[in-house]
Amino acid sequence: MPLDSTPQDKRAFKVVGTRPLRPDGIDKVTGRAKFGADATAPGMLVGRILRSPHAHARIKKIDTAKAERLPGVKAIVTRADFPDHTNGDAALFDILYNIMAREKALYEGHAVAAVAAVDAHTAREALKLIKVDYEVLPHVTDVDEAMKPNAPVLHNTILTDGVEPKPRKPSNIVRRYEFGHGDVEAGFRRADIVVERTFKTEATHQGYIEPHACLANVGPDGQGELWVCTQGHFMVRDTCARLLGMDISKLRVTASEIGGGFGGKTTVFIEPVALALSRKANRPVKVVMSRDEVFKASGPTASTSIDVKIGVTKDGRITAADATLRYQGGAFAGSPVEFGAMSAFACYDLENVRAIGYDVVTNRPKQAAYRAPGAPMAAFAVESVIEELAHKVGMAGIDFRIKNAAHEGTKSSYGPTYGPIGLLPTLERAKQHPHFKAPLGPNQGRGMACGFWFNFGGQTCVSLNVNSDGTVALSVGTPDIGGSRASMCLMAAEELGIPYDKVRAIVADTSSLGYNDVTDGSRVTFATGMATIHAARDATRKLCARAAQIWGIPEEAVTWEKGHARPAGPNAGNFPPMSLAEVAAQAGATGGPIAGHYEYSADGAGVSFATHICDAEVDPETGATRIVRYTVLQDAGKAVHPSYVEGQFQGGAVQGIGWALNEEYIYGKDGRLQNAGFLDYRIPVCSDLPMIDTVILEIPNPGHPYGVRGVGETSIVPPLAAIANAVSAAAGVRLTSLPMSPPRILAALEQQNAKRIAAE
Amino acid sequence: MKEAAALLAKEKGSAFVLAGGTDLLVRLRTGFIEPDLLVDIKRIAATRSIQVTPGGFRIGAAVTGAELGEHAKLKKAWPGVVESANLIGSKQVQGRCTMVGNLCNASPAADSVPALVAAGAKVVIVGPKGKRTVPVEQVPVAPGRTSLKKGEIIESILLPKRLSRSGDAYLRFIPRTEMDIAVVGVAASVTLDAKGVCIDARVALGAVAPTVLLVPDAAKALIGTRMDDKALDALAAACSAACRPIDDKRGTREFRIKVAGVLARRAAQIARKRAGGR
Ligand SMILES: Cc1cc2nc3c(=O)[nH]c(=O)nc-3n(C[C@H](O)[C@H](O)[C@H](O)COP(=O)(O)OP(=O)(O)OC[C@H]3O[C@@H](n4cnc5c(N)ncnc54)[C@H](O)[C@@H]3O)c2cc1C
Repeated sequence: MPLDSTPQDKRAFKVVGTRPLRPDGIDKVTGRAKFGADATAPGMLVGRILRSPHAHARIKKIDTAKAERLPGVKAIVTRADFPDHTNGDAALFDILYNIMAREKALYEGHAVAAVAAVDAHTAREALKLIKVDYEVLPHVTDVDEAMKPNAPVLHNTILTDGVEPKPRKPSNIVRRYEFGHGDVEAGFRRADIVVERTFKTEATHQGYIEPHACLANVGPDGQGELWVCTQGHFMVRDTCARLLGMDISKLRVTASEIGGGFGGKTTVFIEPVALALSRKANRPVKVVMSRDEVFKASGPTASTSIDVKIGVTKDGRITAADATLRYQGGAFAGSPVEFGAMSAFACYDLENVRAIGYDVVTNRPKQAAYRAPGAPMAAFAVESVIEELAHKVGMAGIDFRIKNAAHEGTKSSYGPTYGPIGLLPTLERAKQHPHFKAPLGPNQGRGMACGFWFNFGGQTCVSLNVNSDGTVALSVGTPDIGGSRASMCLMAAEELGIPYDKVRAIVADTSSLGYNDVTDGSRVTFATGMATIHAARDATRKLCARAAQIWGIPEEAVTWEKGHARPAGPNAGNFPPMSLAEVAAQAGATGGPIAGHYEYSADGAGVSFATHICDAEVDPETGATRIVRYTVLQDAGKAVHPSYVEGQFQGGAVQGIGWALNEEYIYGKDGRLQNAGFLDYRIPVCSDLPMIDTVILEIPNPGHPYGVRGVGETSIVPPLAAIANAVSAAAGVRLTSLPMSPPRILAALEQQNAKRIAAE
Repeated sequence: MKEAAALLAKEKGSAFVLAGGTDLLVRLRTGFIEPDLLVDIKRIAATRSIQVTPGGFRIGAAVTGAELGEHAKLKKAWPGVVESANLIGSKQVQGRCTMVGNLCNASPAADSVPALVAAGAKVVIVGPKGKRTVPVEQVPVAPGRTSLKKGEIIESILLPKRLSRSGDAYLRFIPRTEMDIAVVGVAASVTLDAKGVCIDARVALGAVAPTVLLVPDAAKALIGTRMDDKALDALAAACSAACRPIDDKRGTREFRIKVAGVLARRAAQIARKRAGGR
């Protein structure tokens, strides 16, 4: 079948682009939906995990004898129960080490042992009876400190990759990355004005409302089932099977409804532990993280330290752009610095550009993806400098950006040359937006920023079954974290020519479909959507064949149009069109069930750009900040369900507001997290936020039959910078550290006042 | 009430009074405390009413934040006290939380406590040895610790009768707009004479020391003045000077000291306005 790769931008959609209720909505608001912690099984045990109180310690001995004797304790696992089956796969070994500490505990909260007991009380008591003999080691949690030559080293196996000659001495620097083109030094020589600044951002957590939870059930025959809250149950299955030395076919994983993930549920933490406990106890075991455990032992994003230097000519053309990005991603390799370095300058059309990234390990929990991993921090640094440069050359920030913006044909800072992209349209639309011209009140400032995200495709498999009453059951393998079931139903209905509510989508378990990559990289509406379209086309071909059989004409003489099989032309014969329901009703007599399938590795995810505008008000006496107005303009390619596209735009902006103003991992001198709860880890509450205004632009992605681009991640890229630019304008002082909490703002204001007084 | 006190006195293990439970249940759930006995006082009728007495107001220990906010007379007389209690938590928390619970939890950042101290409130304590009445500021002695002895329960809060031309106000600093713990809290209560001169004042600070602070120097800065800029500057300076804060995850020392002065100024201005001053 030829892949339909011409975007149908002129196409008139019937169902796609409407805003029906989501199929999972009622269950979620009535409490009927089953989340991770909602599953039970006969004979179920409670699993609890013992965690290291130390940031860095050698584990000399673990004594579980006393705990094992406690009545009601059915199994205890430690590192001894997790032999290394990873066969030299370093990334998999890191996961193994992360889910259960081995030689050392590498961060406060690192799992050291786990217990399965008849109830929570017994499990808690048992944890107290496990004796762990620690040798406490010096620790490091700050990225710049961790890079110093005398820093405590976490792993003596890390010899920095990507530098010549390769060092012989272990350090905390895992790898150096470099992206770019041209000659930055030559570019800076041509510049009239150069701005160079250093920025810092603190680690933040995705803050999903649902803590990690799972129910594992391994039988004496070695067959297992796992119910789990995750963004990718196929990933969970494969990872757990490999870590535990099981056949993949012997583990069936079902994804629960999910109370948020934002990237944080794209790996495993408690799942292999629950399986190991269940296997040992021969009973079902449920493990549910507390919020405290979520903060300390799941995967927040990186904290960063970034230098940016950009040069421009007097008339506002960038001559060179250079950045060095240092990201710590916790105790193991894999901070998102590579994406940070690739995306830092992706919004601009640059002759000379370079971005260098360092992936650094520290004594913190192993980071996991967080919405456009690595990009928001890089954009914060770059867009802050862009704004400052614009003012220095006497241009409005928006005009400066329009002048230097990347467009179709631009060689991007990370390599590829762009096809049709939506950056300039978002900027031009922003300039026309009423927000841009609205007057500002006292102590208020306006900021803006642009942002970019790659978007991904990936392995996908979809099945579509036509029922005898003309309804359709759609099975996808990508957990629905943003309303994707509704979008899939819309696309299937569009192709089949039937109403939206005739299609029902489910997230099928791992034994029902081929492998699906996790729901990440803003890939699902794009990739699972495209698979759904092709599965629907596969089904309509079969529906046509059945109609042909009924009519007694050749298959090629039947086409599918407006929900009906029709004779292709006057020569085919004169038969009244048959609806999907009519063909389906006769399926049993015409060859059996009718189904469509599609499996592939999706390519052609279109990159996406956004421009955000923000007004902030700063109380000059206390440093308190309020976001008074916020507008998101973003290219969606094609908005399949516009309400959920707007929801993604707003959600990204809101998480950005939290990150910019108050959210942060605060470590004490002892290397312990000070604020492992929502009281002192301050995500925004409703009353902190203005209504987030949204504008959807549709510049079709040539890689998708409807032009869809991913939209879920780009929206968190510009906020840190847009808010920093607004707050800096309101406060009259440039802020270079996140979060811009009131004490930080007040300190910056006082410093500025002191300077002013000294100058007078 | 006496029976409740006797139950508490008798218990050999750890025993707690349960009012709204918005502190206690959280601590129980997180495993900070493992009590042997909880005595719920909400069903004792005397704890649930607000009475207007010749001396002022008698507020039962289990009266919730929401109930305080619905009492028109109390709100008119002590708007600062009521607004401080109404700042606690969210709508849901308001339906359960009490000022006495706020006081006995003994957090330095408790919102209603500075306003009660500025108002000159007292508490009536019932215990194995009978009743006693003490000023609010004598209840908390350190973070998480009170001066209450085993078996003692606070029965009610007494607020004095309000003189004419009086007003009070409470302001707190939090980084968000709600559901947060005060980084600094300031309460001011003032009485003016017919000419608008301040003849009486009490100023109290929260979250800047191990316990609530009554700041006599701050009151002195206002008494005898028309609460003009100069007096307010002196007030701010006195409040900043009184602070003995720590650096922690919620704010730096410098920040707390500076903001205590800023909020004191703003709270005093609101109190003056409520007292009818211009
Ligand atoms: C979501 C949330 C938000 C919150 N926000 C705030 C806030 O903004 N500001 C703030 O100050 N606090 C806040 N709190 C804390 C708490 O709500 C308040 O301290 C509240 O006033 C406690 O009252 P309570 O009746 O619920 O106390 P309880 O939890 O019932 O009791 C607290 C303590 O006081 C003791 N106690 C209670 N009554 C008596 C009595 N009559 N005699 C002797 N001892 C007694 C108890 O034994 C216990 O030790 C918040 C709590 C939550 C859960």
